[in-house]
Amino acid sequence: MKSKFEVSKLNLHYGQFHALKDVSLSIFPHEVTALIGPSGCGKSTFLKTLNRMNDLEDGVTIDGSVLLDGKDIFKDMDAISLRQRVGMVFQQPNPFPKSIYENVAYGPRLQGIRSKVKLDEIVENALRGAAIWDEVKDRLKKNAMGLSGGQQQRLCIARALAAGPDVLLMDEPTSALDPISTSKIEELCAQLKKDYTIVMVTHNMQQAARISDRTAFFLLGEVVEYSDTDQMFSMPKDKRTEDYITGRFG
Amino acid sequence: MTRTRFDDQLEELHVELIKMGSLCEEAISLSAQALEKNEEKTKERVFALETEIDQMEREVETHCMRLLLHQQPVARDLRAISAALKMISDMERIGDQAADIVELVPYIAQSECKNKVNIAEMAKATVSMVTDSVEAFVKKDLKLAEQVIEKDDVVDEMFASIKKKLMELVRSQNVDAEPALDLLMAAKYFERIGDHAVNVAEWVEYSVTGIHKSSEHHLGN
Repeated sequence: MKSKFEVSKLNLHYGQFHALKDVSLSIFPHEVTALIGPSGCGKSTFLKTLNRMNDLEDGVTIDGSVLLDGKDIFKDMDAISLRQRVGMVFQQPNPFPKSIYENVAYGPRLQGIRSKVKLDEIVENALRGAAIWDEVKDRLKKNAMGLSGGQQQRLCIARALAAGPDVLLMDEPTSALDPISTSKIEELCAQLKKDYTIVMVTHNMQQAARISDRTAFFLLGEVVEYSDTDQMFSMPKDKRTEDYITGRFG
Repeated sequence: MTRTRFDDQLEELHVELIKMGSLCEEAISLSAQALEKNEEKTKERVFALETEIDQMEREVETHCMRLLLHQQPVARDLRAISAALKMISDMERIGDQAADIVELVPYIAQSECKNKVNIAEMAKATVSMVTDSVEAFVKKDLKLAEQVIEKDDVVDEMFASIKKKLMELVRSQNVDAEPALDLLMAAKYFERIGDHAVNVAEWVEYSVTGIHKSSEHHLGN
């Protein structure tokens, strides 16, 4: 299978701190790839690198290559067009203090779309894609801050979808949500992977086991093991992976 | 980060399985002894053991379900618990079949055909398979588990040879057919016990390596 992202010998330093060490892995299209590992292991740093969010930080140096559909994201693409193709959803739902409609239409407007008909279509499709349309269709003009945490997170997913990405990066998207909202996001991921590639950081082992196709285990900036999720959670190859996922690490 | 409580619970499960395995060993050894000596006390003990083994199966099953619910195990923990759930079914069947053999003892005991076939040797071989499968589990001994699996062929051949001999005896009208058939059934129960010991050994292999003889049990495949 042709990879969506091809990461080779990626090294990232925050000043003197070596945060990612020779990371090489392939992320495949229409799959959910889970990134697991203890806090500070580099998984969120790796996730942010995939849409160059680290470029915003001082003292960051990156070498190695990250190819998106064969194009080097550092050399062949600018950060804006990369982020249109690679959307991001964060741990805490972070809607803009605007209407539900405006939250979703914001990105397309920035891209220059002015037609009301076109924007309506994009907003509806994005909200449907994020499985929240039925809950908000009658109150699109209401402030997004009035939605529940789970709804806000799905709204943020809709906002990401409105930019027309290929890839969705999710950084612990359910850690601030109750079990029902978590379950909705997980169900949504299973739907979304038909059209998108999803890369998700999670601290929840059962979540990784439930929803991902492949899992990468990060430790101290290195990828210790990257394999089929069922394989990893039934028969991990590396003792460090086994110790971590069975809760006997450290 | 450690999981002391979970480790303790897994250790308890381990001890329960060892106990259940030793009850099976005792039941099958006594059923072989009953076949030899037809003692009432021995037979009663096998029936009591069968009841105890059934009870243990339910207890271990409950323990495993509780661990799955509370600990949501993965990797080696998940393999150990799923192997335990499968092993107790085989152990329970071993207990049943030991009792089945004992039920046949009164019909075989006085029969002359009993001394003309080598069922004692077959019983001894299956007892050792059960003992070794339990020991392989206790010690996580893959080599011993493999030996149990290989020994099944020997027991199967013994059964085939007993069957052939009994057919000859019945054909030549040297023995009464009815006890000969009962004896054949007892031999079949021993042969089945050997199969269950093989299953236990295969689950020991799975628990240690993650690979089961029939590869569909391997999630990573």
